[in-house]
Amino acid sequence: MPENFFILFKQELWLTAILFILLISKLKDKQPAATSLLTGINILLLLNFLSGFFFNAEGSLFGKMFVTNHLHVFEKNILNLAALLISLQSTKWLENHEHIIEFYVLMISSLLGMFFMISAANVLMLYVGLELSTIPLAAVANFDLKRKTSGEAAMKLIISSAFSSAILLLGISFIYGCTGSLDFADINNLLHKEPLHAAAFLLFFVGLLFKVSAVPFHLWTADVYEGSPVAVTSFLSVASKAAAVFALLNVLNKMAQPLSSIWHDALIWISLLTIIVGNLFALRQQNIKRLLAFSSVSQVGFLLLAASANSSLGNAAIIYFILIYVFSNLAAFGVIALVSAVKQKETLTDYHAFYTNNKFLSWCLSIALFSLAGVPPTAGFFGKLFLLMSASQGITFTVLTIAALNMVVSMYYYLRVVRTLFANNENECLEAIEVPITAKIALVICVAGILLTGVLSGAYNYIITLQ
Amino acid sequence: MTVGLTHIIVLSTALFFIGMFGLFTRRNMITMLMSIELLLNSVNINFVAFNKYLYPAKMDGVFFSVFIITVAAAEAAVAIAIIINLYRTHKSIDVDDVADLKQ
Repeated sequence: MPENFFILFKQELWLTAILFILLISKLKDKQPAATSLLTGINILLLLNFLSGFFFNAEGSLFGKMFVTNHLHVFEKNILNLAALLISLQSTKWLENHEHIIEFYVLMISSLLGMFFMISAANVLMLYVGLELSTIPLAAVANFDLKRKTSGEAAMKLIISSAFSSAILLLGISFIYGCTGSLDFADINNLLHKEPLHAAAFLLFFVGLLFKVSAVPFHLWTADVYEGSPVAVTSFLSVASKAAAVFALLNVLNKMAQPLSSIWHDALIWISLLTIIVGNLFALRQQNIKRLLAFSSVSQVGFLLLAASANSSLGNAAIIYFILIYVFSNLAAFGVIALVSAVKQKETLTDYHAFYTNNKFLSWCLSIALFSLAGVPPTAGFFGKLFLLMSASQGITFTVLTIAALNMVVSMYYYLRVVRTLFANNENECLEAIEVPITAKIALVICVAGILLTGVLSGAYNYIITLQ
Repeated sequence: MTVGLTHIIVLSTALFFIGMFGLFTRRNMITMLMSIELLLNSVNINFVAFNKYLYPAKMDGVFFSVFIITVAAAEAAVAIAIIINLYRTHKSIDVDDVADLKQ
């Protein structure tokens, strides 16, 4: 064991410690009250998030299976932040739920899997991390045990993720057959531009694209997002997607450089399809969770377009955009969680004239939607700008124009929600919703993040220096 | 006639496509789960065969298949729990009866 084991493995150890604390507190006969339990867990998650900023080091563990560096620590910090914000936002829903500890155990195990997936330098570690991050998510998607749609969402998630991991494994087995190694660096040296190698890699690649829900592998996304409880939907759409994109970047950069000309073309076609299909389906949605599901599909398309550039600038733009996406999407889902706790459903008509009684929540939701649409003062604009700029090096102007025009199309469905919020109708509007203090803190952090990360360009420069 | 790598690859590929066919045509969730097990087992055969015939010096492939078996067991446990819960809410384990989420 290297002497700095505890430093390198710090973030995973924190999560494991929290898991053990939760399991032990579950064993006790007398359970604490829901509010004090939630406060305790939130403090633990906050400490876990803060721990990512101190005593960071670079190195590898477990016979070079697990690699960590400052960029990985930053990516894990983004995921920790997302978990903390989701936990703060969902207090109102969890207070009335009888299985609070189980929810956190499943969510934190999934987060742990994501950390292993990000740090993986070996295909075996990548696979185990991927499964550890998806299997608990399927269980947690079923958390509204009485609701029919929740069970259906969980079933769709587990079947499609099992199928996608089977394809991923077939790809890995052929890569192993071609190269005789499971290590990213070795595979990178041994892969060639031969049909068998390319086919093996493409199977592996498709398995990963399933996880980021790129078209044509997106079919599970909308149903799973709609059926799951809102806290789980936001975790799926933010943390799970971000981790899958980070892992995909890792694989493309460290394992598949010899085949870069193949995946470059594949990524351009897939990203264009993803952007267009995601937008077209989002146009006609009446359920706001479904709308955000398809919007997240189209956002992933932009990320993949920048990934096709295969440059460090592109990777920095992707990580920067994911940071902004975490803030914007969680601000939107925070408001949706509060409304859905009252209404028990998420149709768009519930938000009619929402501004009349809920001024703060309306502003949060509309700023988040402006950021997702990419309107200038918000950070979403800068994120998209950097993505398209870094992508522009490797693609033709036709592709770039199609992507930019799709940003205009996306404004239609985002701003349609904003128009509904500010509609002038006193009669059938929602009564004032009480916002718990934790949710308010989370929303303020998200809105501050949306407004500041774009204007203060320090974040983007910081990510570039990390590489 | 000795059994070579080609025979085993043909077997595992056949098994993979049988599993895929089962997953897409069967409507019973338990059968779909069995089809997924077929997919994963065909990959296991691949790993062990590549390990034995091509790279017998190291045990990477065998270890990978041990991990796949373990993870598949965990996955099946969660999937069966979900199916039991679906049976409680829907009184059916047919995927066509469990289709409330369509636009």
